[in-house]
Amino acid sequence: MIRTQRLAAGVCALLAALTAGIAFPAGAVADETTATAPKVDLVLDVSGSMRTKDMDGGTRMAAAKQAFNEVLDATPENVLLGIRTLGANYPGDDQKTGCKDTAQLYPVGPLDRTEAKTAVATLSPTGWTPIGPALLKAADDLEGGTGSKRIVLISDGEDTCAPLDPCEVAREIAAKGIGLTIDTLGLVPNVKMRQQLSCIAEATGGTYTSVEHTDELTDRVNQLVDRAADPVVTPVATEGAASCAAAPALKSGLYTDREEFGQERWYKVDVEPGQELRASVSVSADRAMNPDYGVLLRAVTVHGREIVRGEAAGNGRTDVISTGLRYPKAESDEDEAPAETVCVQVTNSYSAAAGVKTTPGMPIELTVDVVDGPSPASDVASFGLGRGWWLLGVLVLFGFLAGVLWGWVSRWRVAVWRTN
Amino acid sequence: MRITRVLSGALLALGPVLGLALGPAAVPAAADSTPSASPSGDSSTPTEAGTSFRTATEIDQGQTATASGSAGDYLYWSFPADSGQRPTVEATVKLPETHTTQTWQIDVYDGLRRRQACQYGAQTRTAGQGTASVELACVLRTVRAWSEPWADDPLPGTYYVRLTVLDLKAADLGLPVSTELRVDSKDIGGAAAVDGSLAKPLVPGIAVTSPKDEDEDDDSSATAVLSSIEPDDGWASGWWSDRWVWTGIGAVLAALAGIGGYTLTRGTGRPRHVPPGA
Repeated sequence: MIRTQRLAAGVCALLAALTAGIAFPAGAVADETTATAPKVDLVLDVSGSMRTKDMDGGTRMAAAKQAFNEVLDATPENVLLGIRTLGANYPGDDQKTGCKDTAQLYPVGPLDRTEAKTAVATLSPTGWTPIGPALLKAADDLEGGTGSKRIVLISDGEDTCAPLDPCEVAREIAAKGIGLTIDTLGLVPNVKMRQQLSCIAEATGGTYTSVEHTDELTDRVNQLVDRAADPVVTPVATEGAASCAAAPALKSGLYTDREEFGQERWYKVDVEPGQELRASVSVSADRAMNPDYGVLLRAVTVHGREIVRGEAAGNGRTDVISTGLRYPKAESDEDEAPAETVCVQVTNSYSAAAGVKTTPGMPIELTVDVVDGPSPASDVASFGLGRGWWLLGVLVLFGFLAGVLWGWVSRWRVAVWRTN
Repeated sequence: MRITRVLSGALLALGPVLGLALGPAAVPAAADSTPSASPSGDSSTPTEAGTSFRTATEIDQGQTATASGSAGDYLYWSFPADSGQRPTVEATVKLPETHTTQTWQIDVYDGLRRRQACQYGAQTRTAGQGTASVELACVLRTVRAWSEPWADDPLPGTYYVRLTVLDLKAADLGLPVSTELRVDSKDIGGAAAVDGSLAKPLVPGIAVTSPKDEDEDDDSSATAVLSSIEPDDGWASGWWSDRWVWTGIGAVLAALAGIGGYTLTRGTGRPRHVPPGA
C-alpha cells in the first residue's frame, strides 16, 4: 500500500520534473533503498582566509577543491552525498548578515559526479566563518532516513560568529537522537581552532584531524566517507525512568538514551526461567570531564534486591566508560512459570568543572540480549575429568594396591578351598 | 603442552594395540596441540579501524590489521576468542616525525564491554619527543567456557580492543598516525577446561541476529549487525579437552598396575605348600 503510494508520488514527481524541464537526479527509482542509505554532508569553509597560500604551495581553497574532486570520484555508490558551504556568498563587514551565510551547494542525494564537481569549481573564498549555523543547517539537510549520518566539516579558522558556540550546537544536534556524527578537519590549525574543532568532534563521537598537506586532506575525507558507507546498527532511542516501576520495558536490541550527571536511569527486561539476560552499557564523555569517572550497572529484582552488578572506573582521557552484566535465571520445575521482570539501573559518576553545561545528558548506549541460559557446572573441571602426573600416579598406585589385595584374596580363597 | 603432545602421541600408538575406543577421539587432541597461531590467508586484511564499540572493525586472530588515524582518535577493533585460548594483543603506533611526549594505551573489553585485565605486557607506554613508534602489548587471561555470573572471567565471544592516546599536548592533537594491530593466542588446552558452558558465546546482539538468520537468509548480508564475529572453525562445542586422554591413560595404567599387583601376590595360581601331585 505504502509502496504503491510512494511509487505514485515518485511518478508524479518525475512528470512534474520533466514538464518543468529540470535535470532530475536519477534517484526517484532508488527511493526504496535510499531510506536506509548512509548520508554524508561535506561542509566546506569558503571564508576569506581560505585564500592563504600555505598548502603545498597553493591556496587552501585550491587544496580543498582538489581533495573534493578526488573524493567525489571515489565516493561509494550507495552513499548519499551533499555539499554545504559556509561564508561563500557575503563579502561584506556586517556580522549579522555574514553569520547567516551558509548555502547548500549540492543537495544530499544520489551523487552526480560531474554536476557536483562543476558546483565545487565555482567556489571562491569570500566571507565569514559561521560554523554553528552551518552545522544546524547541515543537520537539517541530513534529516530523514534510517541510515548512518555524518557531517564532515572542513575549516581553516575558528567560528567568527561569537555568541553561538558551535560546540554547544554540535551537542544539541547529537542530543536530537538522529544518530549523527560530526568529523572535523582543521586546515593549518592554530590553538583556538584546534580546541573548537576537537570539541565539536568530541560532542558527537566524531574525530578531529589536523591537515597540512593536500594528500592528507584527500585521504582523510575519503576515509570518512568510506566509514559512513559501512553498514552500522542504528540504536533505538528510549527514555529510562527514575524508578523501576515507571521504567520502559526493553527486549533484545541496541538502545540509546541520555543521562545527566548524577542521574539514575531504570529499564525493565523480562527474563523467562532458563534464559540469560546480558546487558551492557556505555556512557560517553561528550564534553570536558574531570579525569576520574565510573559507571555502575545493576540488575535488581522488582522488590529491590540486587542480583548482580557490573561496575567500571577509570581515569585519564576517554571517549566512553562501559560495563556489563550477565544474569542466568535458573530453570523452574513448574510448567508455565512466569517470566521475571528484572530492573536494570544505570548510574554514572562523571563530573565536570563548574562552567560545563549539564544538559542535555551524556549519551548512553545500552545493549540487551536475552538468550538461552548456560549449562550449569557441577564440578570445577570439565565433566569432572582429571589431568596431570599426580592423577596418573594416584591411579597407578590405587590400581596396584587393588591388584595386590585381589591377589591375596584369591590366594586365600584357593587355600580355604584346598583345606576343605 | 609438550607433555600433552607426547601423551596424546603415546595414546595414538597405544590405542589400536589396547583396542581402546579412545582412538578416534585422540586425533583432535594431536591437532589441538599444534599452535593455532599459523597466519590465516591474509586475503583481505582490514585497513580501517572503527571509532566506537558499534563500529569496531572485525579482525581474525593471526591477521595483521592496519589503520590510519589522527592522534586523539579512539580506534576500535574486535576479534573472536574461544575457550582455552589465551589471546595476546599487540599494537604498534607509528608517530609523525615531530611530536612531543605522548602516552598510548590499549584496552581490551569483552563482549559485555567489561574491561579485561592484562596479565602482562606493556599496556601503556610513553613515547618521548621524536620517537618514531610505540609498541604496546596485552596478554589476556585464559578464556574459560563458563564462569559465575558474578565474576568477570573472560568468556568465549567477541573481544574489543581500543587503542588511543591517553595524554597528549594540544599541539599534537589531530596529527596523522598509522597503527598496526595483531592478535594471536596461545592454546592453553585441558588445563583450562572447566565444566559448564554458555548456550551462546558472548557476542553482542546475538539474541537479535540468530533468529533472523533462519528467517531471511537472503537479506542477512545487507542488514548491519552489532557483531557477526566467529572463529574460522566455529565456536568450540566445549565437550572435548585433553582431560579425556589423561583420564583414559590413567585408567589403562591403573588396570595394568592392578594386573601387575595381582600376579605379584597371586603367584602362579598354585599355593607353594601344596604338593604338585595333589
